[in-house]
Amino acid sequence: MTTAASDTSHDPNQMTGAAMIVRAMIDHGVKHIFGYPGGAVLPIYDELFMQQEHLQHILVRHEQGAGHAAEGYARSTGKPGVVLVTSGPGATNMVTPLADALMDSIPLVCITGQVPTHLIGNDAFQECDTVGITRPCTKHNWLVRDIKDLARVLHEAFYVATSGRPGPVVVDVPKDVQFATGTYHPPRKADVHVSYTPRLKGDAAQIRKAVALLAGAKRPIIYSGGGVINSGNEASKLLRELVEVTDFPITSTLMGLGAYPASGKNWLGMLGMHGTYEANMAMHDCDVMLCIGARFDDRITGRTDAFSPNSKKIHIDIDPSSINKNIRVDVPIIGDVASVLGDLLSVFKAEAKKPRIDPWWFEIGRWRARNSLAYKKNNDVILPQFAIQRLYEAVRGRDTYITTEVGQHQMWAAQFFGFEQPKRWMTSGGLGTMGYGLPAALGVQVAHPDSLVIDIAGDASVQMTMQEMSTAVQYELPIKIFILNNNHMGMVRQWQQLLHGNRLSHSYSEAMPDFVKLADAYGAVGFQVFKPADLDGAIMEMIKVKKPVLFDCRVASLENCFPMIPSGKAHNEMLLPAEANDETTAAAFAGGKALV
Amino acid sequence: MNQPASAYFMEERHDSNETHTLSVLVQNEPGVLARVIGLFSGRGYNIESLTVSETEAQKHVSRITIVTTGTPMVIQQIKHQLDRMVPVYRVVDMTLTGRSIERELAMVKLRGTGEHRIEALRMAEAFRARVIDATTESFVFEITGNSAKINQFIDLMRPLGLVEVSRTGVAAIGRGAEGM
Repeated sequence: MTTAASDTSHDPNQMTGAAMIVRAMIDHGVKHIFGYPGGAVLPIYDELFMQQEHLQHILVRHEQGAGHAAEGYARSTGKPGVVLVTSGPGATNMVTPLADALMDSIPLVCITGQVPTHLIGNDAFQECDTVGITRPCTKHNWLVRDIKDLARVLHEAFYVATSGRPGPVVVDVPKDVQFATGTYHPPRKADVHVSYTPRLKGDAAQIRKAVALLAGAKRPIIYSGGGVINSGNEASKLLRELVEVTDFPITSTLMGLGAYPASGKNWLGMLGMHGTYEANMAMHDCDVMLCIGARFDDRITGRTDAFSPNSKKIHIDIDPSSINKNIRVDVPIIGDVASVLGDLLSVFKAEAKKPRIDPWWFEIGRWRARNSLAYKKNNDVILPQFAIQRLYEAVRGRDTYITTEVGQHQMWAAQFFGFEQPKRWMTSGGLGTMGYGLPAALGVQVAHPDSLVIDIAGDASVQMTMQEMSTAVQYELPIKIFILNNNHMGMVRQWQQLLHGNRLSHSYSEAMPDFVKLADAYGAVGFQVFKPADLDGAIMEMIKVKKPVLFDCRVASLENCFPMIPSGKAHNEMLLPAEANDETTAAAFAGGKALV
Repeated sequence: MNQPASAYFMEERHDSNETHTLSVLVQNEPGVLARVIGLFSGRGYNIESLTVSETEAQKHVSRITIVTTGTPMVIQQIKHQLDRMVPVYRVVDMTLTGRSIERELAMVKLRGTGEHRIEALRMAEAFRARVIDATTESFVFEITGNSAKINQFIDLMRPLGLVEVSRTGVAAIGRGAEGM
C-alpha cells in the first residue's frame, strides 16, 4: 500500500483518516502516545511509522497498561494522556482505565480502531460495540462513520477531555475511514462547542456569602480535593495563599494530596476512612467547612446522617452534579477552582479580617497529640508503615513522583509519605484499580525521564499488570516498584478479620513468584529485604540503579491499617491504633451485628 | 439498624418522592438517546415516561421529555447529570416552572357488541376521544390529554371490552410567549 499522504499531495490538508489522527495529535501538542497495534488500527500505525520523529509511541504489553500509563502521564503533567488501541479486545481491555479516569477526572483521549463501516453490526472479526461498551465509562465518545467528520471530532475530543471537569473520551474510527481521504483542518481556538461550555467563573454573590461565612467562623476547616490539582498549579498556589491569609486548618482527600504541602503548619493530614484523627475530628466539629474541588465521597464522609452535623458548608466545584449529591451544602459555588479562589481571596483581603480561632487550634492540638498514625516499633520484622517512612526519608528533597496500587499499602503511602507539590502523587482513588501503579509509573517516567518514579505496591496488586516491566525495560524507564510484600490481599484480609469473623477466604497467596528472579528475567534489577536493619541500605541502592527495579520488601503479614472509621460510624467514632486491640475492634465493628 | 457487615454505609433515606417532568434539548447525534437512558439505568433513576423527537431539523436539535420520580435531592441530581452531558443544551424542570402544559396521546382498542358498544361511544364523546377505526365488533379510539385523564378513560373502557392500549408518553411545553 502506498501512503495516502503522498497520493494526494496537491493540497496539504488533503490526507487520509489515519494521517489526520496523527496530525491532530501533533497539532494538540501530543509528544507521546501509549498503545498496542492490531488489525483495525494498522493504517494509523503505518502513519506513526512515518512520523516517528514527531510522536513517540510506547508499546505496552496489554492495553490496560497503555490506559494506566496514559493516566500517570496525564496526572503528572496536566496534559491529556493519549492511547491508541485496536478494535474488539483492544477496546474492551481499555474499559478499566477509562472507568478509572472517569472516576478520578483524568483527561484521556483514546483512539480505538473499528471494523470497516460496512461490517459494523455483522459480528465481524474483532468487532465489538465500542461506543456502547464505553458510553458509561467515558465523559463522551464518538463513532466516526464519515471522513468528513473526523477532523472536527478529533479536535472536539481533545476539547471535551480537557475542559470543565476533565475525563476520558473515546474516538472509534472504522478502518475504511482511516483509509479514506478527506480535508483536514487544524484546531481553531475560536471554535466554541455547540452544547458543552462549562462555567469557569464563580458567582460573585455566592463568593461574597462564602467570605462572610469564613470571616465569621470560630471552628473553620478547609477540605480540598483532586479538583485543586486538576485546576492547575495556579489553584494550588492560591490554596496555599488562602491558608496563609486565613490561618485555617486544612485537610485533603486522597486525590488532593500535595496541593497543600505536608510540611505546612496548618496541615492536618488526609481525612476519611483511614485519615488522621485530627482531620476527621475537625471535620466533625467544625462550624464552617470550605470544600474545594472534592465530592463528599463515601470513603470521606462516613455515615452521612452524622457527617459534620453543625457546620455551614461551602462547596466549590466545576461540576454542578457534585453539588448536593451526597451532602447538602449551604453555599455552592460552580466554577473552576483557580478562578473562584482568586476571586474569593481578593474579596476576603479587601473586606474581611481573619477570624480569631486560637481555641480551635488548641482543640486541634489535643487531637493531634493522640498521634493517630502511631504504630509499635519492631526490630525483627519490617512493618509496612516503617518501610514507607524510610523510603520517604531516603527520597526527601529529590525530584520524586509516587504512584500506588490499591489496598493497605496505598493508605499507608497516603498516611506516611509527605507530598510537598501537586501532581507528584498518582493513585487510583475512585475506582480503586489494583494494577494501576506499575503502568502509571511508566507513564510518569516517560513524561519525566530524569525524575525518580516509585510505585509503592502491594504483592497482589502488582501482579495484575506485572507484564509492563517488559515495557519499562524496552524503553529504559527506570521505574522503581517498591513492593510491600505481605503475601496477602492486605485490605481484603483486614476486612475479613474485622467484619467476617477472620475467615480469610481466598485472600492469601499460596504461591508467590520470586520477585528477584522475575526482575532478572525481565532484564530489570531485583532486591529483597527481610530485616528492618537492611532496609535503608537497600533503598539507597535501589535509588542509585539506573534501571527498572522490583524491590521485594517483606513486611509483617497481618498488620492492619489504622486509624479507621468503622463503616456505619461517624467521623468522631474513629478506631485508633493505640486502642485497637481485639476487644475494642470487636466492639467498634460489632454493635450486635448492626454493622455496615 | 440491623444490617449485615459491609464495606459500604447502607443508609435508608426517608425523604418522600416527587414526580417531575423534565424537558431536555439535545444535539441530535447518534446514541444521544442511549446516553440519556443509560444515565437513568446506570444511576438507578426512575423513568415513568420518555418521549423524544427531532424538533429543529436544520439545527439537529431534538427535544426529550422525561417524567421521573425521586426525592428532591435525586431530582436535582438527575437535572445536573443531564445538564453536564456533552450533547445536552438545556434542561428545564417543567414541574418547577409551574407553567407547563402536558399532553399525551393514546390509542385504545375495544372489542364488543350491543350495550357495551353504545356505552363506549358515549364515554368517548364525554372524553372527546375520536373513533379512528371501526369494525362491526371493535373500535379504536384516539384520545389526547394529560396522563390522569387518559388513565381514567382507560379504566372506564376496561369493563367494556378493552383489548389493548398504545400510548405516546408525555410531551410538555411552557405556557406564555417564551421558549425554553
